[in-house]
Amino acid sequence: MKGMNENPLDLLPEVMLAASAVIGLLLGAWLPRHRQWMTGALAAAACIAGIAAAAVAAAGPDTTAFGDSFAIDPVTGASRIIILAGTLLVLALAAGPLNAHPRETEFYVLLQLAALGALMLAGAQDLLLLAAGYLLASVPAYTLAGFRKDAAGTEAALKYYVVGALLGVVMLAGVAVLLGAGRASMYPMLRTELPMASTGLVMTGTAALVAGVLFKIGGVPAHFWVPDAVQGSSAPVAAFLTTLPKIGALAALYRLAAVPLSDTLIPWPELVAVISAASMTLGNLAAFFQQDVKRLLAYSTISQVGYLLMPIVVVGATGLDQQALLFYLAAYTITNLGAFAVVCALPDAHTIEDYRGVARQRPLLIASLVVCLLGLVGTPPTAVFLGKLQVFSAALDGGYAWLVILAAVNTVASLFYYLRWIAPTFSPRTPGPAAAGPKTAAGVACMAATASIALGVLANPVLEVLATPIMP
Amino acid sequence: MLTALILLPTAVAALLMCVPRTAPRRLFLTLWVATAAVELALTATVWAGYRPGGGMQYETQVNWIPSAGVSYHIGVDGLSLPLMAMTCVLFLACAVYALRETRRVREFAALFLFLQTTCLGLFAALDLILFFVFFDLSIVAMYFIIAGWGHAAAPRAALKFFLFTFLGSLALLLGFIGLYLAADPHTFDIIELTEANPLATRSLYGALVLLAIGVGLAVKTPTVPFHTWLPPAHTEAPAIGSVVLAGVLLKMGTYGFLRIAMPVLPGAWREYALVFVVVGVVSVLYGALVAMAQTDFKRMIAYTSVNHMGYILLAIGAAAAVDAGEQARQLAVTGAVFQMVSHGLLTGALFLLSGVLYERGRTYEMAAYSGVADRAPLFAALTGLAAFGSLGLPGLSGFIAEFQIFAGSLGPRPVATGLAILGILITATLFLRAMQQIFLGPTRLPALAPGAARPFPDLRAHESAAVIPLIALGIVLGLLPRFVLDVIEPASRTVLELLAR
Repeated sequence: MKGMNENPLDLLPEVMLAASAVIGLLLGAWLPRHRQWMTGALAAAACIAGIAAAAVAAAGPDTTAFGDSFAIDPVTGASRIIILAGTLLVLALAAGPLNAHPRETEFYVLLQLAALGALMLAGAQDLLLLAAGYLLASVPAYTLAGFRKDAAGTEAALKYYVVGALLGVVMLAGVAVLLGAGRASMYPMLRTELPMASTGLVMTGTAALVAGVLFKIGGVPAHFWVPDAVQGSSAPVAAFLTTLPKIGALAALYRLAAVPLSDTLIPWPELVAVISAASMTLGNLAAFFQQDVKRLLAYSTISQVGYLLMPIVVVGATGLDQQALLFYLAAYTITNLGAFAVVCALPDAHTIEDYRGVARQRPLLIASLVVCLLGLVGTPPTAVFLGKLQVFSAALDGGYAWLVILAAVNTVASLFYYLRWIAPTFSPRTPGPAAAGPKTAAGVACMAATASIALGVLANPVLEVLATPIMP
Repeated sequence: MLTALILLPTAVAALLMCVPRTAPRRLFLTLWVATAAVELALTATVWAGYRPGGGMQYETQVNWIPSAGVSYHIGVDGLSLPLMAMTCVLFLACAVYALRETRRVREFAALFLFLQTTCLGLFAALDLILFFVFFDLSIVAMYFIIAGWGHAAAPRAALKFFLFTFLGSLALLLGFIGLYLAADPHTFDIIELTEANPLATRSLYGALVLLAIGVGLAVKTPTVPFHTWLPPAHTEAPAIGSVVLAGVLLKMGTYGFLRIAMPVLPGAWREYALVFVVVGVVSVLYGALVAMAQTDFKRMIAYTSVNHMGYILLAIGAAAAVDAGEQARQLAVTGAVFQMVSHGLLTGALFLLSGVLYERGRTYEMAAYSGVADRAPLFAALTGLAAFGSLGLPGLSGFIAEFQIFAGSLGPRPVATGLAILGILITATLFLRAMQQIFLGPTRLPALAPGAARPFPDLRAHESAAVIPLIALGIVLGLLPRFVLDVIEPASRTVLELLAR
């Protein structure tokens, strides 16, 4: 370790995103309404530059910034690239419907701030920074959920906010308890201190801390906001809410398990295994008979969280956990955003019934939908298949065969509701006016589907990069 | 060479999807038939260049995802080559049969071409993940074929098919991961795993992996009690969908046993072979008895597939009795492979003929027909030949297969084989009853199909062109089986050597 290192250039992707948000806000106040898209373009430029900066940083040696509080290692690097690329896709999804919207700039700014929060969560190596990242990721997201200012949006924002505020307080309490138990907030110090503290205290603190992180992940039992927030908010926001905060929070959970909690006596694997099993099962069961496609996808993301938690169960017990988690995250992000892009591209189709017969009019769009949904199931050769393969291998290697079998059964069950959505699109009945929609969203859907297959087929370089272990 | 053989149909399918839908129907169908014919020619070339007894040939191995232990590794040997040839023959027959198809022809042709890639790829795959990729993609393609071009209740049947076989495929995947983790270094390569025999000393682990792989393949085969997806899928699928489903997709299960389960898990296979023998005999008897109870012609044939796959399981289970004579066991394994080919050809023909029946009368109910032989003598004669071949009449390929299976299994498993022979008796009864009902007696036909000029015309040119070669091949294999057996026998000897480790 290098001691105090306060070089802001280490946080270049984060700094650029923050700067672009602030400049965007100022610009938005001066720009006429029909030119507000420029703030969106600025945000996109910040994302692209951020991806480049993150790639450069990832190629360099692992380091920490601001006195060990922020880690720059493969987990951060991969999360940065995934989050920024995801933000870019969400920006593209939002650009169409928001064009010349009275609050266009605000949307872009809020989106960037929430993404910044996710970035901070992913890299935080300090409990206090983690809590700050949590707030930064949550507060703009509450506003985004209610952005449409209609009844459903208000309900979505309120539910999201109430659950988030409650679990945020619980999380802060957890931070306080762990701070008391370990007499430090930095992970490397906690790693040496926590094993010596009382196990009961550490357990209480961890449980409270995990509750907050789990809220961002959207896993059982902190999942209650997901279906309502996703159904109530507009499709691009829903795409954002179900994807990007999760990445940051899962990276944070992984880091918690790998560094400060790794040597403690708390039953971490059992705890996360139960959460994972509950998430995949309950998410699936609830998704079975949903009619609203956004709600269906919302429940499907809850079940995906179950699979994503599997490598976190076996942190340290196998050498496969890190690359499994990160690869699955990348695969999930691209595939889930692709599915939501299809929803964005057909703004008038809300229920599964509305998709009846759309395949004849929009063959390419429905082909993307099929690829993305079957991808979420884990059909080869899409990226999620390889992700699942990695995750299953990691969990089996870590001795959690029962969890793998449960995940396999759940995967089959999930096929049922995805097929319930796919099947009507090919039926011959002519559809209503559901055919028209923003072109960019359709393009994003196509691109995401292609990327999902490409990432599956050409996975090797990605996997090799992801396999580099993080610092102790 | 092999890669071109596997990928050509998908390349053509992609090409077809780029042609506008409004292009003439003929274009798509002709391209489809031409591609299938080229595929058959390519397979014939591969066969011509194949040296029997030379082990794995035409091998290609390219690094794909080395960090996950996955490579693109393909090759052919005596187990896969006959099946690949049979696959190409069946797909060509399907393409010819579909020449009169009018519903969404472009997509239909593209899906079938894609399906051909998955089938050929699976038989050539020498990497577990590659095998799995083709296994799953074949399910996806078949789902869309059944759901999109099937009869009235097709969406439901297709869903059931997808869910069941997908469950099987995930069980298979768990087994594969188990093998991957057991091998040191971790690998999914079938050849390396076969050499390493990673679970030789860990019997419980081996048993669990065999359980996962066994269940996965048994769902696909299908054997009792995992067969319930098969009858509805067959009944609702379009005729040529049924042909590929029964002729090729079912063989993926039995082929998997011979390619993966027996060579990679010899210890576990020897220990639990009795389970497979019992499952095989139960499938034989149950499949035959339930088939006899059917009134629906296509459903009946579907159940006879359960029965025929049971013989294969019996044979490969019996082959594990290492103390029995080497020659008998080799006969059993060779018979199992030969049965896969023979069943593919003859059942393929039967499903095409049931499609002909449906087209004429718009129903599969056997009671709706009587005395059809007067109207359609060629149809009756071909159905009769295929049915006799299927039940194992000497002179047709089914006889060679079943004779070898029984002769090989009788020594190691006399009781089970005795019971299984009853299956032949039952299938004979049910086929004779079905033919008596449909073809003999006073002429009685269902109401005229819409658009038909006269009731029940005999086979049309494209139908004969699809069916006759299949039955002719069945006769050729029944009379001159040597050229195929010469290819299979060395491979089955290898399997037995691997099993005896």
